[in-house]
This record gives sequence, C-alpha cells and structure tokens, in this order.
Amino acid sequence: MNEIVPARNIGSYVPMVDGPDKVSGRARYTADLIGAGMLAGRIYRSPYSHAEILEVDIADALRLPGVKAIVTGADCDKTFGVLPIARSEHPLARDKVRYRGEPVAAVAAIDDATARKALALIKLKVRELTPYYTAQEAMAPGAADIHAHRAGNIERDVLFELGSVEQGFRAADLVREESYSCAEVCQNQMEMHAAVADYDVERERMTVHASTQVPYYVHLMLARILDMDMSRIRVIKPHVGGGFGCRTEALNVELIAALLARRAGGCVRMVTNREETFITHRGRPETDIRLKLGMRKDGRITAVECECIQRGGAHSGYGIVTILYSGSMLYAIYDLHNVKYIGKRVVTNTPPCGAFRGHGTVDVRFAFESLLDAMAGELGLDPIAVRRANYLTAPAFTDNDLMVNSYGLPQCVDWVETASGWKMRRGKLGKGKGLGFACSHYISGASRPVNWTGEPHATVKIKLDFDGSIVVLSGAADIGQGSTTLLAQTVGEVLGLDLARIRIVTGDSEVVPKDNGSYSSRVTFMVGNAAIEAAHELKRVLVAAAARKLEAKPEEIECLGEVYRAGAQDKGLTFNEVVTEALKDTGTITVTGNYSTLPQSHGGKKYRGAAIGGTMGYSYSAQVVEVSVDEETGVVSVDKVWVAHDCGKALNRLTVEGQVQGSVWMGMGQAMSEETAYHDGLLITGNMLDYRVPTIADSPPIEVGIVESNDPHGPFGAKEAGEGSLAAFLPALTNAIADAVGMRFNFLPVTPDRVFAALERRRRAGNGLRNRS
Amino acid sequence: MFEVVDLTPTRLAFPSLREAKAGDLPLSGGGIRARCASLAPVEAASDLKRVPNVDMGRQMARMVELRLNGRTRVDAVPDNLLLLDYLREVVGLTGTKTGCDGGECGACTVLVDDRPRLSCLTLAAAMDGRRVDTVESLAQGGRLSAVQRGFHEKLGSQCGYCTPGFIMASAGLLRRNPHPGEEEIRAALGSNICRCTGYVKIIEAVKYAAELHACGASP
Repeated sequence: MNEIVPARNIGSYVPMVDGPDKVSGRARYTADLIGAGMLAGRIYRSPYSHAEILEVDIADALRLPGVKAIVTGADCDKTFGVLPIARSEHPLARDKVRYRGEPVAAVAAIDDATARKALALIKLKVRELTPYYTAQEAMAPGAADIHAHRAGNIERDVLFELGSVEQGFRAADLVREESYSCAEVCQNQMEMHAAVADYDVERERMTVHASTQVPYYVHLMLARILDMDMSRIRVIKPHVGGGFGCRTEALNVELIAALLARRAGGCVRMVTNREETFITHRGRPETDIRLKLGMRKDGRITAVECECIQRGGAHSGYGIVTILYSGSMLYAIYDLHNVKYIGKRVVTNTPPCGAFRGHGTVDVRFAFESLLDAMAGELGLDPIAVRRANYLTAPAFTDNDLMVNSYGLPQCVDWVETASGWKMRRGKLGKGKGLGFACSHYISGASRPVNWTGEPHATVKIKLDFDGSIVVLSGAADIGQGSTTLLAQTVGEVLGLDLARIRIVTGDSEVVPKDNGSYSSRVTFMVGNAAIEAAHELKRVLVAAAARKLEAKPEEIECLGEVYRAGAQDKGLTFNEVVTEALKDTGTITVTGNYSTLPQSHGGKKYRGAAIGGTMGYSYSAQVVEVSVDEETGVVSVDKVWVAHDCGKALNRLTVEGQVQGSVWMGMGQAMSEETAYHDGLLITGNMLDYRVPTIADSPPIEVGIVESNDPHGPFGAKEAGEGSLAAFLPALTNAIADAVGMRFNFLPVTPDRVFAALERRRRAGNGLRNRS
Repeated sequence: MFEVVDLTPTRLAFPSLREAKAGDLPLSGGGIRARCASLAPVEAASDLKRVPNVDMGRQMARMVELRLNGRTRVDAVPDNLLLLDYLREVVGLTGTKTGCDGGECGACTVLVDDRPRLSCLTLAAAMDGRRVDTVESLAQGGRLSAVQRGFHEKLGSQCGYCTPGFIMASAGLLRRNPHPGEEEIRAALGSNICRCTGYVKIIEAVKYAAELHACGASP
C-alpha cells in the first residue's frame, strides 16, 4: 500500500489553473461579451490640447436614427480619481479640455457604424488656450494654470533631506553629477480598454463588466460618478488581458459606459481601439533627473542628491504617489545616509500618466545605477564591488523609516556574477561587445492602501459544502499574473489537497469579498497570507470534526489531505467523511482569513508623504546584460540577460520565472525602443508599429535565478516577483553599451538613430573614448 | 517546408475597413500597416467577383460558403465585413482576439487553408471556398492540442490575450515544418506581439509542442 501523504502545491512548476481556458479560446474578456440588444458605445474626443469649452452641440447627433443616448460633461458634475486628495478629473470634460483626446461626449447607438456617424455630427465650440506640452513650459513663469487648484502647474513638490548631504559630499573621494532623461512610455497591454455596462431601469441597478485591475476602486468611482448607492452597483471583472498598472485606477471608459447605459436605459458595450487605449494612457511619465553622488575610494556611497521632474499629464491620477516613490525608493536597496530629494510632479496638456510597472522607481534607478557604474569606472573599482560596499543588513529600518526584513540582494548579485561569467568575460568579448550590471528592488504591496478604511488589507473566504469541494472566494484580480493559481496553491498546501479539489471564485462584487486589487505587487503577499489564514481556519474545523468522529483529541489528529487519522495505525477517515461530520453542526461551512500589515511597516513621518514606500517586504534583483553594438548602424542587440530575483520564496517557480522574464523584457522595451511621442499634443505613436514594442525576433534569452530569502512575514516566506526586475534592465543595458563602445547614454530609449548620432559625433570630434569605464 | 517570413513593415493594400469609415476625429498620425507582408490579406478584387451579390437592405453582401473549424457554413456577409468581426460577432467564436487597429499585433491570427493570416486584414467575403481554422478548432474531443498544451504547461500564456494568435501562428508553423529550429520559431512568430512573457517561454512552449507533435499529438 502506498504511503498516504498530503499533496504538495508550492515550490514547484505549476501551470496556471485557468490556463486551459486561455489556450482553448474559452476565456472571455470584456470585449468578448457580445450580445443581441447591446448598444455600441463610442467616445467623442477633444481635438484640442487646451481649450475652454463654449458649447457641445449634440442636437444633430441625437436626431440620427439609431442613436439611443448621448452624454456630455453637462450630465455629470462629479469628479473621479484614485487618490482621495486628488480627484480632479471628470469622466467627460466640463468647462475645459486639457489634453488632445480627452473625452467630451459619448454616444450609444444600435450599432458601431451608427455610433461613429453620430460622433461626426457632434460639434464642439471652444476658445483655445495656450497648451503646455513639457514640464518646462508648464512651470515657466507666466504659464496659466491648467487646473485652478494647482498653482504654477505643480501637482506636488517634494523636498526632504535626511542626514546632511553637505557633510556627505565632504567625506567623499569622488563627487559626480549627471543629468538623465527618460521618455514617456505606455503599458500598451494586449487587451484594449473595454466595459459593458447594463442598467436595470426597473430595479435601478447597475452592472458593469470592466477590464480592470481594481474592481473595488471602479465600484467606488461608479457610485460617486453615478451618484448611486454602492449596494445598487455590481462590478464584474472577466479575464483581463494584462494591465502593468494602466488599470490600477478607475478609467473614464467604464464610467462613461455606465453613464451611457443609465441614460439609454439598457446595456452599452464600449470597446476602445488601440489608439484610444494609448490616449487613455496612465503610463510612465517623461522624467528628467539630476543626480549627484559622493563616493569613497572603497566604493562606499557618502551622499545622494537627486532632483526629479515628471511630466504628469493633464490629470492627477496617481501622480502624487509616483513622485513620492521616486524619492522614498532611493532607500531600501543600499545602506544610504545623507540623502536629499527634490521632486516635482508637473501638470501638462498631455494624456494623464499613472502607475506603470515599477511605479515611480524605474527612471530614478536608471540614473542611480548608471552613475554608480560610471563612478566605479573612475575609481577603478569593479561595478559589482561598489554594490557590495553598500549592502544593507536586514532586519533594518532605513533613514526614512522603511522596514527591511529580508534582503537577498547579495545572493542575487553573486548569482548573476557567476552565471554570466562576469569576472572571466568582462572586457574580453571583443569589439562592440560589452557586459553591464545593475540592481533594483520593489515593494510587496503598499503598507497603507490609497483608500484607508481601517479594514484588513485582504480578506479571503473559503466555503465547504456537501460536495467536498473547497471553494475559495477572493476579490483578487487575476490579470494574467496568476493570482488565481496562487490562491489554489496556498489553500491546497495548507490543507494538503490536490488542486483538483479546489475551485477559485473571483471577480464579482456580488459574490466575493472586497479586495483592493492587483497593484503595487500586493496580491501574493497580502492575499496569499489571508488565504493561508482562511485555510488554517478550515483545517481547524475539519480536525475538530475528525477528532469527534474518531473519538480522539484534536491534537492527536493527523491531517494527510485526503485522509484524517488519529495515529499511524488508524485507517482514518476520508476527506468526504470528515466533511460530512463537520457539516452536521453548522451546515455549509464558511471560514475567513484576513491579513493586515504591521504598523511599523507603514513608513515614517519625517517628511510629508513619507508613508509612500512602506511595505512588508522588498524584493531585490540583480542583472547582467550582454550587448553587441553595431557602430556602423547604431543598432544595439541584447544577446543575453542573466537576472536573479529575490522573491522570498518561489511559491510557483513557473510563474515567478515568467514574471521576472516579462519584467526584464518590458524594461528592455523602455530602454531600447518604446516612446510615446506627441506633435502639438497629437499622439503620433498611437499604434504598435510606431510605438515600437520588441518582437520575438528582437528579444534575447533571459536566464532567471531565483533567490529565496524567506521573508519572516511573507506567505510561506514569499515576496513579490512581478515588478522588481524591471528597473535594473535599463541601467544594465546602458552600462553594457558603455562597456562595449565607451560611451554613456544618459537618455532613453537608446534607439539606433540616437546611438548612431552619438557615435558619429564622437568620430567627428575624433577625441576617442569618453567616460570609458 | 520552411517559409522565410518577410518582417519588413509594409503599407497595406487594404486598410482596416472597419476603421476606415470612421467619421470621428483623426487623433493620431500613425498609418495602418501590416507588421508582416506575408500575413497581408489573401483576397484580390478578382476573387470577390466569383460570389454573387445579395441585396441586404442598403448593404451589398455576398453568399459565402466556407469550411470553418471543420464544418461547412453558408452566410450572407457584407462586402466590408472583416473576417475577424465575422468570426467574433456573426459566428460567436470569440477566441480570436482584437488587439489593435489593424495589422499591428497578430492577436487575430487564424489559419486560412493551413496558412496563418491576420483576420483583421482579411475580408470575410473572400473566404468563399476556403478552409478557416480558429483556436477553437484545435482541441480534439476536449483534449488540448500539442501547441495548446505547450503554451499551457510551459507558461507561454500569461494574460492569455495574445495567446490564440500565437497558438494559431505556431500551429501553422508546425503544419508546414514539424521540426522548427529556434530561429525558425522566431521568424514564424515575428508578427505576433506579447506584452507579458518576454517571449522566452513562448519559444519553450513551441519547442515542447514540436516534441509532443513528433510523438503523435495533433498540432
């Protein structure tokens, strides 16, 4: 007889539990909800970047046969926005338009062709105002305020100095200052924004299917915009085709669809196109950074002064949080003292930026790791040795009060150093080839959610009924990262049950407990911990039932997953027998697991906004990038990437590898080719050919090393894996280019034309290598 | 037989007809082009004349008989109906995805007579007498095909939105070249964009599928 053992569900390669739906075409995304009688929704968008609205004339459009409803800014005077302190955006512009493409009116019609015809009949009369397309233009003296409540077009000014940079620079052997600039980039996730809103006139209820990462925030904003009681609203999140941060706040698309559905008294299907998805934006802002570092001869960093200016776009979104992250996350990767940060988030007449993967940390990390590399070169130090000279020792609190409990960065560095053959191969690859190194880190969920209600950070329920299936109810939004699989694995691990017995129900506010959503890499840590607690609670109920039936004490019961027994010689009870016994007292069993972060992890109060950056667990990443630079054409090819990521504990090695590879690759897109470009506010990269996403032909092998630092608070020791490896790619690439051709590129993306122009300038100047590291 | 795929972006003979009629404001300057010339539409004007016109109200339509996922269908389709919209909105096969405004991303890839085609750049009316296979056709008796199994087990699919397009392009590759090398896989999938995986596991998925295929599984 085979030995009975509990099923093991974590630590191995587990394909996603919803994978068969995705590969068979059965998985339904919002745009796949196509039904007879649905109305087609379309948005009329502003052709002006900055203008006072005089009139939105919809009379002709309303007379067009087949048009069922039109809404304009006049129909909703409520504002929305993810931060309670910065809700400045109307679903449809009122009084003013602030970027080209901002929604002004929307039509619901019997079909898409009719809706489009109606858009052509809408007439917008405006008085044009001076537009400000760059942060510098918007901050210039005399520039008019784009929003009345944002004087000087400053969304948020941040200034802190912890320690003394003056003293720090005095203690340095080398002080260097450089400027860096990163182009604006967009998530450009594969599924375009879509919403299906269904208004039940008789019962005054609204149901919205939305392609979102945050169904709960959409729910809150729908109630606000529609001025409806939350209990009359239901939000459903079908399968979602990626997010990367652009869907971490309610978007105008779902709000407009709901306004139209209520006006039309029916169901409106609003599917935006790729161009509109780009314009809805919420990407990473164009960022200019001035960075000054002090370093001792041994590589120790003595002082940091960083100034960061972000072109935020026309509305607040997450902007205040982004500019704060850029400062606070200077910390928690190295042991830094004497840090000064000056941040400016600027309002401009461009589409609003948001919380792109690696939120707030990426461009600053590019600058920091680039300058470290350059200074290591000047001091004749190995770039890796410079990082080693600045390690933290966990547990620790940083100078800005961030709590670091586990720190696998040294192991990450060691892994990529060995795997890439750094010591043997660097400098010996031949002409035009180089190796570059960099590190990065990220949070495992913000310790204080943006909507602080006092509730636990995550709640998971488990239902057990007569059929013996484990039904896990969670609001966690799977957007492709695998949170549904994670829920099944964690619950299965605690109960020792095969995943076949476990069903996960998510994504419907009518059924599942509230969850804040999939952003800031919070789900594995917070929802994972809540799921573990719920599963332990269920196990206690089952063990008590088994003890009763077997006439033993609960502490004598051994749970083997499918068998509960009172001793090695006991034949025991099958799982179904235990369930039957357990149901006798209470009928259907539901248990709850909660998770809340520790107050010590909430960040400090040393400056305004210091809570931003606080988390229960930081992930760490180190990368080596190998490049070839064709000096005749300026084409940079990435030949190979070695990346090590400290995710605490890999609950699922398959999805951890997938997340890390995806992060590295997305960093590659930003570093090498992606850039949103505007001409007089007109987006000229609103498609996937002009917005150049790397194809499979351009993409390198990415070898992943998993480092497990076993975080004391993480679920089974886990931390995040989906964002932390993005940022290191950017500087690792430019450091590799510097190694290959002796030129430093302080601006992104490093497109062939820019590389060629720089190399050509150097050839003409004939002054040989500059900044050779 | 391995076919060399031209990755040069080309301007299309047929811009996305659904978008071309749009009366809304031109917001951005980008043109509509195919990422890959060989996936451009199969129809030519002369092909369309082979089928009779049917008066569907004010819209001109044609009777089209095609073999869709192994079954014969006859539909009256408007001249300007894209194969993509025909599959999703007329037939209800929503496994084929819309990912862009025409020819940019490959999410809508289907097989026409075993060859990968972008259904967003193909007119439904041109499918008369053709064999069209979508992702829904691959599983046999509910069992995933080799390519589907590869994408599932090797995590070639994360969010899943580009997956049907990648799977059909891969199935097309394996039908004409059962033992593709890595460079051949990269060339065959060069018109498909994935935003999640970085493509590493997609390549592993197709290699694994080729192994399963070699052991007798259908591609």
